[in-house]
Amino acid sequence: MTELKLPSIDYAALSPILIMLGVALLGVLVEAFVPRRHRHLTQLSLALVAVLGALAMVVFNAGERLVTIGGAIAVDGPTLFLQGAILVLAAMALLLIGERSVERGGAFVAHAAVTAESADDRRQAEGSNGATEVYPLTTFAIGGMLIFVAANDLLTMFIALEVFSLPLYLLCALARRRRLLSQEAAMKYFLLGAYASAFFLFGVALVYGFTAGMPGRAAGVDFATVHAAVKDSPASPVLLFAGMALLAIGLLFKAAAAPFHVWTPDVYQGAPTPVTAFMAACTKVAAFGALLRVFHVAFADAAWDFTPILGAVAVLTMLVGAVLAVTQTDIKRLLAYSSIANAGYLLVGVLAPTGEGVAGTMFYLAAYGFSVLAAFAVVTLVRDADGEATHLSRWAGLGRRSPFYAGVFTFILLAFAGIPLTSGFMSKFAVFGPALESGQAWLVVAGVLTSMVLAFPYLRVVVMMWLSEPGDTTPTVAVPGGLTATALMIGVVATLVLGVLPAPLLDLATDAAVFVR
Amino acid sequence: MSDFPFLSVLTVAPLVGALVVAFLPRRRPELAKQVALGWSLLVLALSVVMWVSFQVGGDRLQFRESYPWIPAWGVRFTFAADGIALVMLMLIAVLVPLVILASWHDADGGSGASTVSGRGPGADAEEGAARAGALASPKRSVPVYFALLLVLECTMIGVFAAADVFLFYVFFEVMLVPMYFLIGSYGGHQRQYAAVKFFLYSLVGGLFMLAAVIGLWVVGGKTFDWQTLTQVDISTGTERWLFLGFFLAFAIKAPFFPFHTWLPDAGGAAPAGAAALLVGVLDKVGTFGILRYCLPLFPEASKWFAPWALALGLIGIIYAALLAVGQSDLKRLVSYTSIAHFGFIGVGIFAFTTQAGTGAVLYMVNHGLATGLLFLVVGMLIARRGSALIKDFGGAGKLVPLLAGVLFFAGLASLALPGTAPFVSEFLVLIGTFTVNKPVAVIATLGIILAAAYVLWMVQRTTQGTLNPELATVEAMHRDLSLREKVVVAPLIALIVLLGFYPKPVTDVINPAVQATMQDVGKTDPAPEVGSVQEASR
Repeated sequence: MTELKLPSIDYAALSPILIMLGVALLGVLVEAFVPRRHRHLTQLSLALVAVLGALAMVVFNAGERLVTIGGAIAVDGPTLFLQGAILVLAAMALLLIGERSVERGGAFVAHAAVTAESADDRRQAEGSNGATEVYPLTTFAIGGMLIFVAANDLLTMFIALEVFSLPLYLLCALARRRRLLSQEAAMKYFLLGAYASAFFLFGVALVYGFTAGMPGRAAGVDFATVHAAVKDSPASPVLLFAGMALLAIGLLFKAAAAPFHVWTPDVYQGAPTPVTAFMAACTKVAAFGALLRVFHVAFADAAWDFTPILGAVAVLTMLVGAVLAVTQTDIKRLLAYSSIANAGYLLVGVLAPTGEGVAGTMFYLAAYGFSVLAAFAVVTLVRDADGEATHLSRWAGLGRRSPFYAGVFTFILLAFAGIPLTSGFMSKFAVFGPALESGQAWLVVAGVLTSMVLAFPYLRVVVMMWLSEPGDTTPTVAVPGGLTATALMIGVVATLVLGVLPAPLLDLATDAAVFVR
Repeated sequence: MSDFPFLSVLTVAPLVGALVVAFLPRRRPELAKQVALGWSLLVLALSVVMWVSFQVGGDRLQFRESYPWIPAWGVRFTFAADGIALVMLMLIAVLVPLVILASWHDADGGSGASTVSGRGPGADAEEGAARAGALASPKRSVPVYFALLLVLECTMIGVFAAADVFLFYVFFEVMLVPMYFLIGSYGGHQRQYAAVKFFLYSLVGGLFMLAAVIGLWVVGGKTFDWQTLTQVDISTGTERWLFLGFFLAFAIKAPFFPFHTWLPDAGGAAPAGAAALLVGVLDKVGTFGILRYCLPLFPEASKWFAPWALALGLIGIIYAALLAVGQSDLKRLVSYTSIAHFGFIGVGIFAFTTQAGTGAVLYMVNHGLATGLLFLVVGMLIARRGSALIKDFGGAGKLVPLLAGVLFFAGLASLALPGTAPFVSEFLVLIGTFTVNKPVAVIATLGIILAAAYVLWMVQRTTQGTLNPELATVEAMHRDLSLREKVVVAPLIALIVLLGFYPKPVTDVINPAVQATMQDVGKTDPAPEVGSVQEASR
């Protein structure tokens, strides 16, 4: 019997992932053993400590450039930058998730099994404490995202995709109010997500088939093998193209790119707002991190083949997001379409085949994450007796009622619209510059044209808040608890600082923009 | 003294002032006004010192400062001013304190609003009593209004002082935000619509420019430094596209026909003070941008597009003048006259002679003074009457002779009567154009006749003739210019007359800069003799 050869494992490099997954498991035990009244605090602090610990390890690993655990995980510049971004944004999202003073009991349902709209349901909506399972679920999702951006072969990537998707499906269903909407959102997300995963898996199989034909080299789905196969495999390129297309469908679904975006508005609207914020910020980072790695590492030499197709997807995404955002009447749906349009701009960055393109995309992801978290933080605050008031007409005259929060939200909207001195402008420049440099002028023109369209819905909200008279139904803005206030302030300050002094983060991204194979 | 970082201090100072004013207690509006006024006077004093230390005949760009900003993209905080920028900076510094003084009561109640229905209760403009006009803008924070004016001053100074294309773009876009809130929150009838239209139009232009800015950065070797970029050779096709990106933004901003439709709405809805700044300074960014960016950076494309630009200018002159004749709203009328004047400026720039170019720049200054004055005076009339409709006036000269006289003067200045400053500039534009392109000059001259028509008819219908009996019942219409208002109009009148007879100090500053710009385009001709300028003024 031959001895089993174990791959070498660099535990230090893997430590952020191990910490998150370990604490997630610990969280499950906490659910079982800690008394109910202590659970919320225990779980929240545990999750925050885990995120901060993982972040510390990411910083500690800053110089690492290696492939470990048998080629399954690559720890390099983009991995570390994106893991750092995910962890910082996740910490902010956890603050929103942990908030319990804005609404009694928090934003989550107490007993997910209670029939929606029943008497029991109404009773629990009145103020029983929300379920604390959300913390282990969130921690699992964060762990999955950390693996997703570091995955160095397609199978690891698939497993990571499932690890972070499944908790998200559940989290979407846990809204305290409007539970039917929330459950519908979860169902939709789950079904479509499952299809997308299947597409991804089928793509992996086809790519494996494509690599099999190489003489003198074993077939495999690690990126080094795929990269070598793209260069000189004698196998039919049809396998490669079909595989690439199916993989792209799986990833673009998570990235909310058109035409794989249809779930986004419904899920963003139905999910509890803190979870929406978490998805809008962190899932975006994870999905685009994976897209960057797949297309810049594995398929780099097929750029001529995929750029026109992905470019068309980018243009379509920008168009769909911008045009449909104009017609929205619900703030969460509006932000969802805005997030779709932003996915289009990010794709423009992904398609610039240079280090600057990678750096620009990563900068965009971090900057957008801060802004979008702050935006949803404000959404959690604007509420009346029935919970959040998300219909746009309800926001009329908000500037008169609460000038501070309306001002903050206006600033974030200006950032989304790409007005200078906000991070939104710098991010647009960071992706459009490299794209134009690599000859993708048509993408830049499409980006600019859709930005014009997209400015209108943002401006409409600003007009609503400041230039309309407050009506009888204008809700008040709840005084945020410390947690929400912290998250909101971090988001707003980051949006401003990255808009005025983007150089430090930009340099960090530029230095980190080299992949290992 | 020339080592003093004038431009960055001038840019930052109003911003600091704005922060101070914004955080003054809302209950003490008078304090906020006084601080804002004091601050803008401080900026004016500093600008005067800068003007004196500018070396006429020295380097093209002076007061250069440069600090690193975003090294990864080669972006720097680079400030520098040529003669054209210098006179525009001076114009801003002069106008802002006057506008602040003129807007003293605009934010108090609805008195600055041009509303038709506001005429029921006596429009008590002078005391600014809280008057609840049905459509008038509701009571708003006074400190914020003056803070916004100062923020606007900061961005306006920045846009003229920037010598880094990225920095210029930043100011160009940020400038929209304070103006948007000035119109949208403190404006009159239809202010929401006007504010959004203003913002979207400008943003659309700005985004075209953004694409061109990025393109310029790529072909220019990743630098935004203006001086470096002027040396870059760009292929003809690329150059034309980049020119178009910049030109569209500037043509919307200026505005040239057919991108002008936002201006009458914005000018009509904005409070008079903000409207004076909008038309007097903000729109000049468009023509300034053409002179500073389009011509030197894309000389070949500029020549290629020149016939089109001249045509747009001519259409603007005639078309806007005709529309102005037909306006029934005073502020919209003034806005349309401005569009016609921008046509003149456009013609002057694209005629490509130093004479016409100098005339165009001088026109930018003089138009700022004359139309600024006209807007402010019209604003005073409207505040008294509570209505902006011409038909609501009639024979106002019998009630407020001094105010009517100033209106008449402002009107004459704006139709470029000899002896007033705009005449010099209009004349320079026309003879400068005539030497190279006779038909254009001849058609443009028609605009002068139309100008006489719309100005004189407007003055006649508002202040002359028999007294409108309804007008006499409005109590505020019996109050002539207050001391504050006299202080507002006197410096402007003085400057218009002074520059009408002796424009040399300004032309001396402008001339070398314009000559250098024309050299960039490859057109050289002798500078206009100072004698001819003075001759023109007589």
